[in-house]
Amino acid sequence: MPPPERQPITCPDRRTAEPLRAVEDAFREVYGQALATLIRVFGDIERAEDAVQDAFLIAMDRWERDGMPANPAGWIITTARRRAIDVHRREARGRELLYEMGAAATTATPPPEDDEEGPVRDDQLRLIFTCCHPALRTEHQVALTLRLLGGLEVDEIARAFLVSESAMAKRLVRAKYKIKAAKIPYRVPPAPDLPERLRSVLSVLYLIYNAGADDHERGPLRHDAIRLARALAELMPDEPEAEGLLALLLLNEARMPARLATDGIVLLRDQDRTSWNRTLIDEGHTIVRRCIRRDRPGPYQLQAAIQAVHCDAARFVDTDWRQIVTLYDQLMTFAPTPVVALNRAIAVGEVDGPGTALDELDAIAPDLDRYHLLHATRGTMLRRLGRIDEATDAYRRAFTLAPTTTDRQFLEGQISELLAAGASEPR
Amino acid sequence: MTQYLLSTHRSADAAPGTPPTPEQMQAMMTRIIDLEAEMDATGTFVFGGALHGVDAATVVATRDGDTVMTDGPFVEAKEHIAGFYIINAADLDEALAWGAKTAAATGGPIEVRPFAATGKAADHMPGPSDG
Repeated sequence: MPPPERQPITCPDRRTAEPLRAVEDAFREVYGQALATLIRVFGDIERAEDAVQDAFLIAMDRWERDGMPANPAGWIITTARRRAIDVHRREARGRELLYEMGAAATTATPPPEDDEEGPVRDDQLRLIFTCCHPALRTEHQVALTLRLLGGLEVDEIARAFLVSESAMAKRLVRAKYKIKAAKIPYRVPPAPDLPERLRSVLSVLYLIYNAGADDHERGPLRHDAIRLARALAELMPDEPEAEGLLALLLLNEARMPARLATDGIVLLRDQDRTSWNRTLIDEGHTIVRRCIRRDRPGPYQLQAAIQAVHCDAARFVDTDWRQIVTLYDQLMTFAPTPVVALNRAIAVGEVDGPGTALDELDAIAPDLDRYHLLHATRGTMLRRLGRIDEATDAYRRAFTLAPTTTDRQFLEGQISELLAAGASEPR
Repeated sequence: MTQYLLSTHRSADAAPGTPPTPEQMQAMMTRIIDLEAEMDATGTFVFGGALHGVDAATVVATRDGDTVMTDGPFVEAKEHIAGFYIINAADLDEALAWGAKTAAATGGPIEVRPFAATGKAADHMPGPSDG
């Protein structure tokens, strides 16, 4: 008897339907906003989380009956405050706290509709800097940001980072414990510390995006990263790097459907450029142009500018590689890392040929020997030089170092192509 | 105000590399004296000190009413606490700033750790007047 046909088990994609996504986003945004303010009011993250949960339960009932209020975050904040005050009224020890929370909020006036708006925005900014404080380890920064600002459920974050729900819950508890015990402040850092602290925030958001990149199932993370980057850019209009990050994410995202068109990855040169998302590209280009006019460059703005040049080309052969090399030269002055040098070498390969690129790759090879993309890039250049055996070896080395199945599948394809080519040519 | 422990550690073995010259030692002492004067002036300094090496340590335990002593440190580690400050700070950012200054003065990394409670345990127990 043949085995019964098995249905593949897939997680329901929480973002397949557009209207559903909009409702979820709205919910998450209200959650994040209300929580940020209540953390300031209560001075305690867990207490604020409980209060928001309670208020949402009341809201679901009320909003279904009376419709959504004009300022849902303000409604939640006021309701959560009142509930907390009610609870503390019943406790003898609540008197002091009651005073701190402002007893005025208990009077029977309707919830304020708009006057919470200003403080809410400041509170969110404070919370971003708390979640991404450098005294917290990166994985805790990421988890806190998605939970407290992104409004994601613990199980959603756990799935996205391939850990169990209880492990993720523990991670969040530990991070919140440190914030409280060590007194990590809830404020926007003062000017002298701001550039370094902002870098930490931007790198957390970029990391969240990249965790969802090149991955069909973890794709929603990209959407969350863009949502948070957009909020940050709006909250910090004077920080061009915040806008730079948003543009970088938008321009990457615009090409993601074309990149993920098959089971594996479609390289830039092979992508169907008509399936690029023009709306996202236009928004990204507008931001990049604004950054250029402002002339306060930084690493995220330059990376966005590089992606903007790629998005400008109607065909791969139309790419302005000289412009890209120039931008990489600038990027090297901000971030002189071997990985930037690797990407620069790829662009150099398009301008000066694979031989020159190979020389540049060999110069950085000792630093990146454990990095699969170094070897994959060497393989590409060697193949273009007709050195098929060396190219195959380089791809094989890349294969053993590749971190994901998607990467390995791609490299396997390259290796079999080369083997077929090698077999058909006389040596 | 929270109190934080700023601690510095040293290797259990003799420090590798060349020992500091008398001039280097003198320069470090000057930096530390300046740092402590700044801590004093800002009401930051609570207490501090440098410890002898772990060869001078003894672990005391009680087992069935007997006192048992062991020569050496409690934790067999490569590095041991060598000295510390206890400071007052408004929050972690302030404590970390003092930690960075201390690291610059001593030339070694500083662990910054908050106290959960300070003073005598009795001060934290509910008294008869609180009822």
